[in-house]
Amino acid sequence: MSNVAAQLQHRTGRAVLDALSAVGRFAALVAEMGRGLPEWRIWLPRTRDECWSIGVGSLFIVLLISSFAGAVTALQAGYQFTGNIPIYVVGSLVTESIVLELGPVLVGLVLAGRIGARYAAELGTMRVTEQIDALESLGRAPSSHLLVPRVMACLLMIPMLVIIADVVGVAAGWLAAKQALPISDQDFAYGARVYWRPFDAYYSVIKAFFFAGAIGLISCYRGFTTKQGAEGVGRATTGAVVTISVVILLLDTLLAKLLLN
Amino acid sequence: MIEIKELAKRFGAQVILDGVNLEVQEGETMALLGPSGTGKSVLLKHIIGLIRPDAGEVIVDGQNVATLGRKELSALRGTIGYVFQNGALFDSMNVYENIRLGLTKPEEYGNPEVATARVAECLRLVNLVPETLKKMPAELSGGMKKRVGIARAIAGRPKYLLYDEPTSGLDPVNSDIIDALIKRLDTELGVTSIMVTHDVRGAFRTADRIALLTAGKVVAVGTPAEFRESTVPEVRAFLERDFDNEPLCP
Repeated sequence: MSNVAAQLQHRTGRAVLDALSAVGRFAALVAEMGRGLPEWRIWLPRTRDECWSIGVGSLFIVLLISSFAGAVTALQAGYQFTGNIPIYVVGSLVTESIVLELGPVLVGLVLAGRIGARYAAELGTMRVTEQIDALESLGRAPSSHLLVPRVMACLLMIPMLVIIADVVGVAAGWLAAKQALPISDQDFAYGARVYWRPFDAYYSVIKAFFFAGAIGLISCYRGFTTKQGAEGVGRATTGAVVTISVVILLLDTLLAKLLLN
Repeated sequence: MIEIKELAKRFGAQVILDGVNLEVQEGETMALLGPSGTGKSVLLKHIIGLIRPDAGEVIVDGQNVATLGRKELSALRGTIGYVFQNGALFDSMNVYENIRLGLTKPEEYGNPEVATARVAECLRLVNLVPETLKKMPAELSGGMKKRVGIARAIAGRPKYLLYDEPTSGLDPVNSDIIDALIKRLDTELGVTSIMVTHDVRGAFRTADRIALLTAGKVVAVGTPAEFRESTVPEVRAFLERDFDNEPLCP
């Protein structure tokens, strides 16, 4: 029995040490990125390329999921709101649901898969094929060449994609409501305005900014610290997507608690 | 000059280097021999500061590599060219961009005309045709990748060249070509070179001195002639195994 307890203690201790070690490495990587910031001549052109790549490349999937999210929200609201609930509430529900929650979170989760997986796989492959070592051996900082451009591109483009998702989601919800429910444009617009606060838009962008940071930083960290060949790249990629998704959901709850109460 | 003093490194419970001592003189070509997995590449990465030692020192031109700050280490790396085992070419860049990235002086890297001329010169030095410049690494053969890797390493006019298994994975003809290229570059560029290899024939052809790393220590150092006559059991075992008991020279 005491042997089992000792083993349990040993494993717990090892897990705690591993977690602390990972936090330390993550902090060191973020600090390294900070040191790369003054080298803007290097990271600025690469950031532009990354912005184009993840912005344009993600636009279609963002439009698709935001359209469906808006339309389904409107249809389900119409299905549920029967009896004495005024129909203009559909406008309120679609707008608030999309802007406060569905727009940022759905886009965040989808981009965790699209951008997070891509960055982790790219950097992981560069690590195991010694390309990152080669960059360092040439006296060039991986932070300004590889990390800062990717994180900057996330911070710039993901909030923009979320704004687009919010607008398209509400528009799709409006169109779906008009097609399926006895609601006029005036009713929908009235409903959208009646519970609307300008802070809702800021909140959506603030969330997008935090999610973008999580996607950029975690995917770069997981890719940059990849070990053990192709298997390691696979582990880093799936690990990045899972970690980012969990962090997005945690941030979603935390930000709602901090900013909406 | 490169001095390695009592260098020790372990990964987890596995001891890789266990008190390595080695001196590489200015202008010489040192071949570091040893069986696979004995830490030859790890030793090479300590010299350029890609790995930090657990104990001991690596001193390059009087500077302890492990204690250098960010800028000093970057400056030191500008004097060292590193040829990676599989080329480690940046697969998102073509050959021209890969070699250009080896230009460590900002005035060369930032001036397109100077950079183009230097890249062409490096390509010529490694016997590749100008048409190669536009190719992506995926379009190159193993031997060509190694040569582009060498061109990138020499682009910054380094004082030291570190080769990590420059002939591994190549057929005997391409291995001979790379060995001859290393020998010629050492003479033409006047660099100090360390070549990590387990190819004994290649080491005897190109090196001024040879060291044998085994079980985490350098067990023998000497000229090829001294090495052939060595009575150190590890050297005898390594040479006899590799040469299959054939005589080493006519």
